[in-house]
Amino acid sequence: MTPPHVTVVGAGPAGLAAAETALTAGAEVTLIDSAEQPGGQYHRMLPDAYAAVRPERLQHGWRAFDRRRRRVLAHPRCTWWPDTTVWALERLAPHEPGPPRVHVLCGPADGADRRRLRLDPDALVLAVGAHDRMLPFPGWELPGVFTAGAAQALAKGERVVVGDRVVVAGTGPFLLPVAASLLEAGSRVSAVLEANVTATVARGWSQRPWELAAQAGKAGELAEYTAALIRHRVPCRTGRAVIEARGDGRVEEVVTARLRGDWSVVPGSERTIAVDAVCVTHGFSPQLELPVAAGCALRGSSAGEFVDVDDDQRTSCPGVYASGEITGIAGAPAARAEGALAGWVAGGGDPAAPALRHLRRSRDQGRAFAERLVRAHPIGAAWHGWLRPETVVCRCEETDYASICRAVTNVASAAARVAKLETRAGLGPCQARMCGPTVAELSARLRGEPLGRPVEGLPAAVPHHRPIAQPIRLGELAGGPDHIPNDTA
Amino acid sequence: MKRTRVAVLGAGIVGAACARELVLAGLQVTVVDRGGAAQATTAHGEGNVLVSDKAPGPELELAQLSRRLWPQVLADIAERSAHAVRAVEWEPKGGIVVATTDAGAVELSRFADAQRAAGVRAEVLDADALAAAEPLVTRDHTGALHYPDDAQVQPAAAAAALLTDALQGGAELRTGCEVLGGVMRAGRLTGVRTPAGLIEADMFVNAAGPWAGELAARLGAPVDVRPRRGDVLVTTPLPPTVFHKVYDADYVGAVGSSAEELQTSAVVESTRGGSVLVGSSRRRVGFDDSLRPEVLSGIAAKALRLFPGLAGVPVMRAYGGFRPYVPDHLPIIGADPRLTGLWHAGGHEGAGIGLSVGTARLLRNLLLDLPTEIDVTAFRVDRPAVLGATAHPAREETA
Repeated sequence: MTPPHVTVVGAGPAGLAAAETALTAGAEVTLIDSAEQPGGQYHRMLPDAYAAVRPERLQHGWRAFDRRRRRVLAHPRCTWWPDTTVWALERLAPHEPGPPRVHVLCGPADGADRRRLRLDPDALVLAVGAHDRMLPFPGWELPGVFTAGAAQALAKGERVVVGDRVVVAGTGPFLLPVAASLLEAGSRVSAVLEANVTATVARGWSQRPWELAAQAGKAGELAEYTAALIRHRVPCRTGRAVIEARGDGRVEEVVTARLRGDWSVVPGSERTIAVDAVCVTHGFSPQLELPVAAGCALRGSSAGEFVDVDDDQRTSCPGVYASGEITGIAGAPAARAEGALAGWVAGGGDPAAPALRHLRRSRDQGRAFAERLVRAHPIGAAWHGWLRPETVVCRCEETDYASICRAVTNVASAAARVAKLETRAGLGPCQARMCGPTVAELSARLRGEPLGRPVEGLPAAVPHHRPIAQPIRLGELAGGPDHIPNDTA
Repeated sequence: MKRTRVAVLGAGIVGAACARELVLAGLQVTVVDRGGAAQATTAHGEGNVLVSDKAPGPELELAQLSRRLWPQVLADIAERSAHAVRAVEWEPKGGIVVATTDAGAVELSRFADAQRAAGVRAEVLDADALAAAEPLVTRDHTGALHYPDDAQVQPAAAAAALLTDALQGGAELRTGCEVLGGVMRAGRLTGVRTPAGLIEADMFVNAAGPWAGELAARLGAPVDVRPRRGDVLVTTPLPPTVFHKVYDADYVGAVGSSAEELQTSAVVESTRGGSVLVGSSRRRVGFDDSLRPEVLSGIAAKALRLFPGLAGVPVMRAYGGFRPYVPDHLPIIGADPRLTGLWHAGGHEGAGIGLSVGTARLLRNLLLDLPTEIDVTAFRVDRPAVLGATAHPAREETA
């Protein structure tokens, strides 16, 4: 019997674990990642060219990751496709069972000779992760304003510092590792600002403390970051946020303000800090375009939409599994457990195998941790109070808040797609990855009730609908797929 | 005297245009849509206002009427809602049709001769004139024509402008309100049932686009309108690259064909945002919304035949929509002889954006029993193409 072919998209903690267990289960595995190296955002590696002597310096769990990476990539049944993007998932006709067809482009994104290939796997594991979420504020379009993730990626991946005097602001435990990375890379961190008030954070973290015990590794990690901040005498404040960035051509100063529990600004509490960079994080948005293209059902939660999975990481779409941050923002340990489960079951392993018990436990603990995270670091309902009519909401298209208000409050243009075409918010190169959730939230608040049910045949106007998941050149598109390399696998 | 009440069923561009005309004529208008206004076919098209792709005949006459009306209508709306009209992005940029085969050039030339006889401006472009008008177009062509009267709009904004004007004139819009069935009294349609209750009116206008067949069936008077899917590619924003609506001469053939299987032909144009829109495809696949990479490949290949220099341009988005297709490719405009009180305005296939204002003007005159600017016999409801296949309404679903 030929072994099943499993395609794993994403080689971060979840995808790498999925590839490993799918191989253990006996499957042929194609592991795909858009980066040159496995690791994802979490284990972002310095390019070989930098020849880092101690890559683990900025990394947690590096040794275990490195062992797994070598094991997977060297496996005879594993095909590793670096620098490869999935640009489309093609759903098959209803009578054809199995996961969607996977259309990929192989080769560096800026390269002229990418190959277009097509895969027809027996199972598909999606482990594509999440990207930074940043709420808009006046001046956030200025050069020098970074997502915390981008700043950390520069520090970890290229050892580039974003500035000499940096403020790190937003909400969530990610503030700490970002600040620590910046310090490590040589920046001076002027302040770390958590927008939620102490009471919110404490309430979220102190309930059901036994759930935290299982995340002892995480807690230790955070303690380490905190120690680094203390060592560098970095002031850390809660209930304070960056509400404006100012500067002539690039950020020169930020205005911070005290916030109430709902993130409304306390008048008169504004203060100005001179900076040459500001890093902001408001959590993470799962990359849902591939799950949505595959037809996977989503589940709503107070933290937004995620892929709905069962106890074995199966999605609603036959043959498609999801793991990692696209099922909930729960951090690397939970992502690894989910990936390992998904890979094993996708590879034909017995879902009742006793060895899976600890994986499920670890995953469930991770999910509990994720819920706690959401409770401790929510986005306050009154955050939009710092927007002004001229504040840019979509940076690609420079759409301001006033335009969105105008389009959405006119019934003739209030439908999501109509408002999008009129305001152009979300039509630019990032394809609403940054502003999509924000515009959806602002629209729902401005518009009140929904306008009606989705129209049969037409895709629902969700911010994650991107049938072309990654840009593809007209010439590449016209050429058609080269060949099907695993056709005989 | 009690005002005549009209319920327009469908808030796409045709429904919006009809609502506006009827409100301006003094009628009491309610626009009903099961979703939000203009979110379906209207928001998934290219925004064509074309005369160039139409052969002499009733549809060309409707296109010419619409082309005359568009600037007047927009100027009229601008007096009340200047912002809404700015968003329409009206661009009388003209169309250029390029033939890439010898046979295509002969056919194009014959087609244009007939159009000229019907009053269409169609100017032959020699190689130098074409290169001046569109520097990036292929040198490998066999003939080209310039149609100065072709224009383009941002279709969703155009519908929003028409609807905004109708609402300012007193029309009422009810979104999220699906028509479930009709209510008859004394042999005429007097109301439609919706989850939000009964909507009563003296006349009902079926402007449900590709869903017009299903809606009409619910009201007991089926018409043969089917969805014909089209897909469009959108590139990343570019510096000015394409200056007209440029399309391949074989587009005209595709528009007029009835084939179920995939047909692609190149239509390339830039938008005010800098992106280039690349169409087009025609497939009869019911309401299947899934993306087919081979369809997108076909569109891209055809476009590169016209603009080989665009091969390196990234496509960042694709979208598809459903055209309301009638087997004889003609709109349906007028009263339904089988059901008093029911009127139809639809079946424009891929031309509904451009033809909306002309259709609305004709419908208004028919409804008020006034003479129409052009002969509407060809658009009547009781013709074989509209009523003929309704004995097999399930055929498309099983195709």
